[in-house]
Amino acid sequence: MSSTSVRLRYFAWLRERLKCESEEIALPPEVQTVGDLIALQRRRGPEFATLFAPTSVIRAAVNQNFATPNTPVGPGDEVAFFPPVTGG
Amino acid sequence: MGGASLFSVLVSEAPIALAEELARFAPGDGEAGGLGLFLGLVRGEAGGKALAALSLEHYPGMTERAISGILEEARTRWPLLGGRIVHRVGRLAPGEPIVLVIATAAHRAPALAATHFLIDWLKTRAPFWKKEIYADGSEAWVAARAEDEEMAARWQALSGAPGGVAPAPAR
Repeated sequence: MSSTSVRLRYFAWLRERLKCESEEIALPPEVQTVGDLIALQRRRGPEFATLFAPTSVIRAAVNQNFATPNTPVGPGDEVAFFPPVTGG
Repeated sequence: MGGASLFSVLVSEAPIALAEELARFAPGDGEAGGLGLFLGLVRGEAGGKALAALSLEHYPGMTERAISGILEEARTRWPLLGGRIVHRVGRLAPGEPIVLVIATAAHRAPALAATHFLIDWLKTRAPFWKKEIYADGSEAWVAARAEDEEMAARWQALSGAPGGVAPAPAR
């Protein structure tokens, strides 16, 4: 992984809708939090804009810990996006 | 189970080996006076439609870590002597056990309360996603249920704890 990129992972219907399990993207310097990353995702195309809309229910994790919009994101991090969990 | 920790987690595609799981705790070492157990089973019906199977997805690594965190939280609330959580992933047929929760303690009250807490928190705080596959061949991802969130939140209200492992909305 390059020194300025993040690993993104998608689960459940988010993975199916984006037809992507995992990808590496360059991290622009202005992206410093999960909220910034979501705003960046929204600009990647119509499907991204829908799935990452402000009204979306999706959750996030950074380095496998549940995250909030304020959670910091930096180069080398693994950021996951997924629907609310439905186990048990 | 020689040397095995009395608190452990397993996420697996294999069927839950109930007899082996119980043998971890019973017969006991004489210290535990009770064992609470919850076994979740796959229902054969969902929203009025016959179910052919459930498909369970998880986040390898994070899922195990999240469940271990929930087990740790239970240990801060009750004087537990042992705990075991087994959760299946992959494809499951109606009737099959999907999740096993065991908690042991010196007395029944903490064992039963911790078992209830563990399954409630597991449902809302561990990264698993269920897809229903219906008998007619169609399929749909299960939506999170508000009742599950309310059941889990009840435990938060009881302790006044901030609930450090709770998944907040991404925005």
